[in-house]
Amino acid sequence: MHLALRVVSLLAIISFLGGQGLAQSRSDGPLQIEINEGIIQLFPIAAPQFIAESAGTTKQAKDITDLILSNLERTGLFRIVPESSHIGKITNFDSPVQFSDWKAINVDVLLTGAVAHGEDGNLVVKIRLHDVFAESSLGQGVLYRGTESNWRRLAHKISDVVYSRITGEGGYFDTRIAFISELGTKTNRTKRLTIMDYDGANVRFLTDGTSLVLAPRFSPEGDELIYTSYRTGKPSVFRLNLRNGRETRVLDTPDMTFSPRFSPDGKKVMFSRTTRGNTDIYETNLATSEASRITRNRAIDTAPTYSPDGRSIAFESDRSGSTQIYTMNLRGGNVSRISFGDGTYGTPVWSPRGDYIAFTKQVGNIFHIGVMLADGTEERLLSRSFLDEGPTWAPNGRVLLFFREEPGERGGPSLYSVDVTGRNLTKLDTPNFASDPTWSPLR
Amino acid sequence: MKLLRILGLIGCLLLIAGCGANTVTRGSTVNTSGGDDTAGDGFTGMEDSVIDTESEYAYFSKDYFDYEIGDRVFFALNESALSDVAKEILMDQADWLQRNPDTTITIEGHADERGTREYNLALGARRSEAVRTFLLQQGVGAVRMSTVSYGKERPFAACSDETCWSKNRRVVTLIEETAGS
Repeated sequence: MHLALRVVSLLAIISFLGGQGLAQSRSDGPLQIEINEGIIQLFPIAAPQFIAESAGTTKQAKDITDLILSNLERTGLFRIVPESSHIGKITNFDSPVQFSDWKAINVDVLLTGAVAHGEDGNLVVKIRLHDVFAESSLGQGVLYRGTESNWRRLAHKISDVVYSRITGEGGYFDTRIAFISELGTKTNRTKRLTIMDYDGANVRFLTDGTSLVLAPRFSPEGDELIYTSYRTGKPSVFRLNLRNGRETRVLDTPDMTFSPRFSPDGKKVMFSRTTRGNTDIYETNLATSEASRITRNRAIDTAPTYSPDGRSIAFESDRSGSTQIYTMNLRGGNVSRISFGDGTYGTPVWSPRGDYIAFTKQVGNIFHIGVMLADGTEERLLSRSFLDEGPTWAPNGRVLLFFREEPGERGGPSLYSVDVTGRNLTKLDTPNFASDPTWSPLR
Repeated sequence: MKLLRILGLIGCLLLIAGCGANTVTRGSTVNTSGGDDTAGDGFTGMEDSVIDTESEYAYFSKDYFDYEIGDRVFFALNESALSDVAKEILMDQADWLQRNPDTTITIEGHADERGTREYNLALGARRSEAVRTFLLQQGVGAVRMSTVSYGKERPFAACSDETCWSKNRRVVTLIEETAGS
């Protein structure tokens, strides 16, 4: 755990100092991440192609190894030492590792694995992590079993184990992203609720595009989505059960309801409701469908988000004259403004770790995604463009997704990910324009 | 808008020859003296002349409402207050609605693309409510009006600068149903 601890402390440093220049001393050994002028020394890892232990598993072994390496590379924390520079060869999963072969090419962690068909025909994947300089195993070996068609999930689960053992943080690979697919011209967009795996595989459309749908959010269990739909002609909050496809309206009212979010226990939903043009925040108990009013204000109060302990709410309001972020307790008391920088602030989203609140910020004609602590201090902007909006957290609170809209008549939105440090801004591949992402918990 | 048209007509009355030539080329009947119900719409007099010479649409038609009166009013950035120009258009809308008592309307509030989705939904709702309240004050029955906000979801103009944004910060009064249509 020596290794994990060192990396954890480094991640903490990264998160507090962002892209500022910082150099770690090398005195505590070679396993470290260095930040210099915003550039991190990537963590070198090698994973020779997993061994195909039974006939007919060579392709699966290659695909699974490649997907794990691709996952790790996308984090922006690892440097994959390519197979072409490997000196040692792994030919047997259970044979002792020649650590000197890996030390010689400056690999810090070695991942070995094997793929076989089980008696039931399912794939069985075993992996082991090795701390090259300590010449020891990094935790126990792990075995996963799954159907052939689920090989991607096996690879994602293994990636989560590898990431988590090396960084000491939870992973985020075996997750899904729900979002809105957008088709058509800018003045006549068709919007469809869509879900895919974290890496863009297995895209599935959940609505047919006849009604406008907006801003889905996952339930804490990841088995439901809650969102705004124009199905009734007016924006109304609906929830969709992802197991049986059943769609139900959350609150039966002629008023417009929107911007919903599940409570951390999944039993309640907080949302905005507009009566006579005035938008306030309400909470409804899903079991009883009883709605209670939380804010009572002539201003626009919207975009509520629960703290992970379920005891506080952050939301946006223009009660001061411009849109800013506030926190309050569950009864709407103890309201306190937390955003005080230039411009306006909206769509607060509490990190699952409870430390940061992510937000959308507009200064003049520039939009940013940023994070701040729950008391509003340590504000840090992570992105900048014509229009960046709608952050959502990875389950480990280390990475954010948001959407970026390109300007102009042909412009449209795409999904991007960025580390909480502001590093590793990456565009995600989606079949169409895509907006309003929500990141599922680990499956 | 209507005021301008009437002023234009007064101008015509002072310079009858020029205006007459102009309107004839548009294929309309010129009846500046008033008196006959030339449009066959049940109205006579000055207003009939205005409609007949200046509009290609019958007063009771949805097209007249949409294009002659104007089906929409515009707002300043992040604002839901009605401008004087907007109030004039809405007074004409109310007038038309009073004379077409069997119509119902949907008041659609919209915002430009600058701002978050949630804020713009709420802002569109504020704008549509401002229009609803004004029409109510002008005597349009509450039961005939419903509101909906589209936020920034349905821009009218697609470019990404103020020329389009100013067209998108709007409330559109949508005629839903007309008796006999």
